[in-house]
Amino acid sequence: MSKKHKLIFSVLFLISLISAIALIWIANDGAVMDPKGMVGLKERNLLVFSTLLMLIIVIPVLIITCVFAWKYRADNKGEKYTPDWADNFTAEAIWWGLPFLIIIILSVAVWTSSHELDPFKPIVNGTKPVEIQVVALEWKWLFIYPEQKIAAVNFVQFPEKTPLNFDITGDAPMNSFWIPQLGGQIYAMNGMKTKLHLIADEKGEFRGSSANLSGRGFAGMVFMAKASSNEEFESWVSEVRSAGKPLNLNEYNRLAMPSESNPVAYYTLEDPDLFDQIVMKFMMPMP
Amino acid sequence: MNEFFGRLTLDALKHDPVQTGGALSIVLGGLFIAFLLFYFRLWGTLWRDWLTTLDPKKIGVMYITVLFVMLFKGVIDALMMRAQQVFSVGDMHGYLSSDHYQQIFTAHGTTMIFFVGMAAVFGLMNLVIPLQIGARDVAFPFLNALSFWLFAMGGALLMLSLVVGDFSPAGWSGYTPLTGIRYTPGVGVDYWIWSVQIAGVGSLFSGINFLVTILKMRAPGMTLMKMPIFIWSCLCTLILIVFAFPVLTTTLGMLALDRLMGMHFFTSDFGGNAMMYVNLFWAWGHPEVYILVLPAFGVFSEIVPVFSQKKLFGYVSMVWALIAITFLSFIVWLHHFFTMGAGPNVNAFFGIMTMLIAVPTGVKVFNWLFTMFRGKVLFQTPMLWFLGFAVTFSIGGMAGVLMSIPVVDFQVHNSLFLIAHFHSVIIGGVLFGFFSGFTYWFPKVTGFKLDEKPGRYAFYFWFVGFLLAFLPLYALGLMGATRRLDHYDASTGWLPLFTVAAVGAVLVGIGIGFQVLQIIKSIKERNQHRDTTGDPWNGRTLEWSTTSPPPVYHFAVVPEVHSRDAFWAAKHGGALYQKHVH
Repeated sequence: MSKKHKLIFSVLFLISLISAIALIWIANDGAVMDPKGMVGLKERNLLVFSTLLMLIIVIPVLIITCVFAWKYRADNKGEKYTPDWADNFTAEAIWWGLPFLIIIILSVAVWTSSHELDPFKPIVNGTKPVEIQVVALEWKWLFIYPEQKIAAVNFVQFPEKTPLNFDITGDAPMNSFWIPQLGGQIYAMNGMKTKLHLIADEKGEFRGSSANLSGRGFAGMVFMAKASSNEEFESWVSEVRSAGKPLNLNEYNRLAMPSESNPVAYYTLEDPDLFDQIVMKFMMPMP
Repeated sequence: MNEFFGRLTLDALKHDPVQTGGALSIVLGGLFIAFLLFYFRLWGTLWRDWLTTLDPKKIGVMYITVLFVMLFKGVIDALMMRAQQVFSVGDMHGYLSSDHYQQIFTAHGTTMIFFVGMAAVFGLMNLVIPLQIGARDVAFPFLNALSFWLFAMGGALLMLSLVVGDFSPAGWSGYTPLTGIRYTPGVGVDYWIWSVQIAGVGSLFSGINFLVTILKMRAPGMTLMKMPIFIWSCLCTLILIVFAFPVLTTTLGMLALDRLMGMHFFTSDFGGNAMMYVNLFWAWGHPEVYILVLPAFGVFSEIVPVFSQKKLFGYVSMVWALIAITFLSFIVWLHHFFTMGAGPNVNAFFGIMTMLIAVPTGVKVFNWLFTMFRGKVLFQTPMLWFLGFAVTFSIGGMAGVLMSIPVVDFQVHNSLFLIAHFHSVIIGGVLFGFFSGFTYWFPKVTGFKLDEKPGRYAFYFWFVGFLLAFLPLYALGLMGATRRLDHYDASTGWLPLFTVAAVGAVLVGIGIGFQVLQIIKSIKERNQHRDTTGDPWNGRTLEWSTTSPPPVYHFAVVPEVHSRDAFWAAKHGGALYQKHVH
């Protein structure tokens, strides 16, 4: 390896190191790494835990790559050369076994976390949950509050420290409902009802979006999720009740027409079964 | 006339200005090539020696020619996407309409997977498999040519969609119901279906052909456990192809019936089920990623021993690792949609199976590294690509295991984190592996080596460009940036990282420039780079025992194999060249 190559290799190494540090620094600022709810927090912690666990293998691999390439370079005459040495039971047992052990530890984490943080599992903390029905439309989100009898487009508000029960469907190509700071996503599909249970541990405004391509206006399917105090939530509800347009099937059909980057809009819910009608819209007609 | 042309009207030729630019470049490029062929009077040669050939080496060269054309197109797509994302923030809306942007990323994915990745797989298989197993041809030579032409026509259809009509805007995975006739009525999705369908049938034929070639046509004495690891990796790939591609063909067939005949396999009404499409697509799609990467593993298993001048470490382990990966790759497809709500037991099962794949894959990496241990490592370009691979693939693999944890996947699914992951393993694995193998086997096929210097520069630009283009995407994903966005708000704070990614993409573009330069320069100066021995790298396997380029029949005397690394053993055991003496 010539001098020039040493230089190039060290520059490359330096770049990678700097970018890795920059990444960790930036990512700590990011939505997933800065959770504001119990679900998102546990998901973040699992992400960090498993990354650290895997680094036990990955860091040695990166070091071995550099060290071996350097030490056993052809023009380094002092090193041992064993052209036919190609088997070693102990060595191979280590790198079949050690990664396997790590995978077993991770598997336990997978199994328990999949059950603990199942999106369909309600969160119980003694407070009465808020029911919110979510409909993914072309290309906006409709949030229906069946108990408060109101609805909103591209905006969802709820009290903090209160379990949120989302019932999710779609009247559009497949979308995915995602509020990164509160927790993971789930698909919104025609004729299907998926569930997502989240909670906000503090007040704040969190960006939500669709994570699955759903056509022309997909990039504009962004909404604001606002966690507020109970009183603020109640006053918001009464504000919507007084200001909102009535939402029935006719008004819904108008709303469901394709449109892009919709502003926030408020409705009072006139038809309490609206959500079920949207789900059933795609079912096979009865004979 | 309408009965004859159907939906095809003159409107199909109408485009917005940016699309017109693309269409014109295709047309002018085609005309320029036709002009060159007339000018140098090459039509006859082209027809006799190439278009009608059944020689696997020439078919391999044609695969790789198509690969470079498509790679060029795919990278232009990528640059256009990154440019849009830098110039489409807040009040700015970039230079592409969202529909055109969506066509570009769909074309990018389709191009790179089906016409670059698959071309790399079949290109190398055609060039290397017959030579390396000591065979004089493939099992079914005509079927081999047919496979190539099906593949090439699929690619041609994709290119044609730039000029006549448009391409699918629904993503390379084409999820229903978005690809259904109700939500996307245009011809774009039909172009996507048929270009993938036609190329896919070609892949299936090739799969059968090479599977039979490996199983039936090995040189006498080459038992399964004496095959080079590249042949083992191809064997596993071919088994995957034969099992997986029929699923793709039937799935796309049903989607076509949905669109053209008004059926309801995948629509949400009349009892159809969109989720079935997603399952079937990934039942092919997950094996597909191993179809792409296993041959690259095979290439590295050839390169590392040759350039470390030492036997491959742990041959038996390598074989079992390949077999384990082959088996496991069929029972992990659900990890592509943990977020569809399958329930914790199902998610956990598929998550754990996915993680298990990391074990044999890790074993392979360790075995390559320990092949260097106490060897004499030569840093020629094929080896540089391997070292680059070791870094990018370790990062990408770690991200992959992370995403196999369903609960973590809920937070990174469909985000740019996912994009960063699969580009790490596909660029770092498949492409770096292909470039390594391309440089390594180039002298065998052409008779002269590639010039080293531009090849080195190409590697450095690719490697640094790759890091800059994709490491920021991991961070962007964690910041909540989803894939396939043609516009986002300034308040998200994503712009700086998108800008870094765009700079990385430009560096990759420069890397490709150096590769083109390398090929042109090497052809011009071919007399200085001649390989007169047939064995320019001090090789270990049978392809190096014949001349470069080999005669049509490959071997004057079919070699007999007594051990692994047959040619190395012959060179060192003194058995070499004896047969040729009399």
